[in-house]
Amino acid sequence: MKFLLRRLGFTLITAWAAISINFFLPRLMPGDPVQLMVARLQQQGAVSPNAMQAMQVAFGLDDHTSLIVQYFQYWGQLFRGDLGRSITFYPSSVSEVIGQALPWTLVLVGVSTVISFLLGTVLGAFIGWRRGSWAETILPLSTFLSSVPYFWMGLIVISLFGAKLGWFPLSGGFDQGIDPSWSSDFVSNALYHAVLPAITIVLSSVASWILGMRNMMVTVMDEDYVLVAQAKGLSRLRVLSAYAARNAVLPSIAGFALSISFVVSGSLLVEIVFSYPGIGYSLYQAVNNEDFPLMQGIFLIITFAVLLANLVADVAYVLLDPRTRQDA
Amino acid sequence: MAETSDRPATDAVDDVLAGDRVGGPVPGAAADPLVSEPADPGRPRRRRRTMSGKFVAGLVILGLFVLMAAIGPLVAPYDPSNLGPDVLAPPSWQHWLGTTGTGQDVLSQLLVGARQTLIIGVLAGLIATAISTIIGVTGGFVGGIADDLLSLLSNVFLVVPALPLLIVLTGYLPNGGPVAVAAVISLTGWAWGSRVLRAQTLSIRRRDYIEAARVAGEPGWRIIVFEILPHVRAILASSFLFTVLFAILTQVGLAFLGLVDVSQWSWGVMLYWAQSADALNAGAWWWFVPPGLAVALIGTGLALLNFGVDEFINPRLRSNSLRGRAARDSAGGFTPVVRTDPQPSEVQR
Repeated sequence: MKFLLRRLGFTLITAWAAISINFFLPRLMPGDPVQLMVARLQQQGAVSPNAMQAMQVAFGLDDHTSLIVQYFQYWGQLFRGDLGRSITFYPSSVSEVIGQALPWTLVLVGVSTVISFLLGTVLGAFIGWRRGSWAETILPLSTFLSSVPYFWMGLIVISLFGAKLGWFPLSGGFDQGIDPSWSSDFVSNALYHAVLPAITIVLSSVASWILGMRNMMVTVMDEDYVLVAQAKGLSRLRVLSAYAARNAVLPSIAGFALSISFVVSGSLLVEIVFSYPGIGYSLYQAVNNEDFPLMQGIFLIITFAVLLANLVADVAYVLLDPRTRQDA
Repeated sequence: MAETSDRPATDAVDDVLAGDRVGGPVPGAAADPLVSEPADPGRPRRRRRTMSGKFVAGLVILGLFVLMAAIGPLVAPYDPSNLGPDVLAPPSWQHWLGTTGTGQDVLSQLLVGARQTLIIGVLAGLIATAISTIIGVTGGFVGGIADDLLSLLSNVFLVVPALPLLIVLTGYLPNGGPVAVAAVISLTGWAWGSRVLRAQTLSIRRRDYIEAARVAGEPGWRIIVFEILPHVRAILASSFLFTVLFAILTQVGLAFLGLVDVSQWSWGVMLYWAQSADALNAGAWWWFVPPGLAVALIGTGLALLNFGVDEFINPRLRSNSLRGRAARDSAGGFTPVVRTDPQPSEVQR
């Protein structure tokens, strides 16, 4: 389990780095965004002295304390789940805003990413297996798809399936008339609204999985152990799945780190196009209102989510690759 | 990924992140620390073979866009910011790509916007590649604690999601010019290239000719610049192309969010105005389709070029090496690759 421990250590270091970036950014930036922010906050109405105090601590306006002390105070706030107050949704706190939006994003982006990964890996394995056949005609198409901006794909999908054909709703996460609850009405309505954004994310991200898997399959199939498996007379399907694909998929999982941050970045923009009530849309509103506490809170949460997804990928890697378990 | 199979879990962080570009448009082989001999000038035949269809197609596509960026503002039929009487007009002879919600000519915006889009992309690509070369090659060459720290740094930047960080950064830098935008993008885009370059450097730093240079008393920087860099230049090129693509996609996203100076025409800015004027609900597809299509095409061009480089590094990836009969005969797919002309690099493996 040395491998997993090392990965855990890396995750903690990255989380620490992200939190520190978050702390130092507003303090290092030119101009005085903090003053601006406080002024805006005061315009919103009476700010309680407590909230003001918290703001001052969070953004370093408190001249009486040194940077080091501020840094530790910041950590203390984080552990209490206090990310400051949102300007856009005043007087809600940033944690509340994120808490409302996060489930939508987790389900939408999580499910679409898993679908896209599975679909792309299977397709890529098949295309790599049949190298040089008609199946390769899909490669130029996936090259094109992988270069399409996610949100633009969203616009196209909306105008085709939403506006033109009228099959799916154009925007939002659920119909206005229905109250969010766990009733079957609401859940089916929400799923209905999630179809188009999910299709958009899958279409935009599947290509890179296909290309990655295909290239690894081509490399792996030249290995001796694949030849041996074939010579033993194992069925083609077994050679393909248990020998070639199993080894070819490792880099895909290892490269998950890079991909997931790519996919998440793209998906945030997709949410904006669809006015989907997730983190990406909150981020958009935060940008439009220069709501820095919300922006930074969202940055932290997304980073944590990505780190968590990476840990899951690491566990999958350990399960798939016995070599990582050797020194356990 | 040969790196993983060669030395399982010896360096966990590195292995897991080992630079296969699965997420990027051009995946796979470049991280393979097989040392290609691209830099060997004594083998011109090989170089000619890499001018595959993909490579040429990519070159042509990119050439067209570069031309567009160069002469676009000169040949644009209208002033892109000029308000016209025809509002939201579909494509016609007067306006080949229609007009926007304020009567501006979409074609002119596309032509003028190409320059800004490409400049930011290439600039960010250059800065990021420079950073990744310095950090990746130095780390791989020096080794030890310095290497551990440098690769930890690049791994952290690799994992932290780029867009939210960029949004926070550009949010604090309101209305940054193209250079500021490019600099900020390259700050988040260098890590991948650095990882790949480091892996490649690690694999060649114990080669005899490097040792010879060391024994001969060449200073470290000289070995890096004159002995190592020429041998990783295919990877360098591939990393540069990938970063340009990343930079173009990212800046379009940032502009779409309105985080750049939206009075300077670029394709992302076009999409920003289209979105804020609700072009989608107005059914004005001619407004938002062209800029996105242009981005996708330029990305395809870069990716195709990158395939050329990749196949150059790893000849097994050439799909057209098995065209026709050979492909049909190998219906099962498990055929040893046709090695018509085994090169030393392939034998090594």
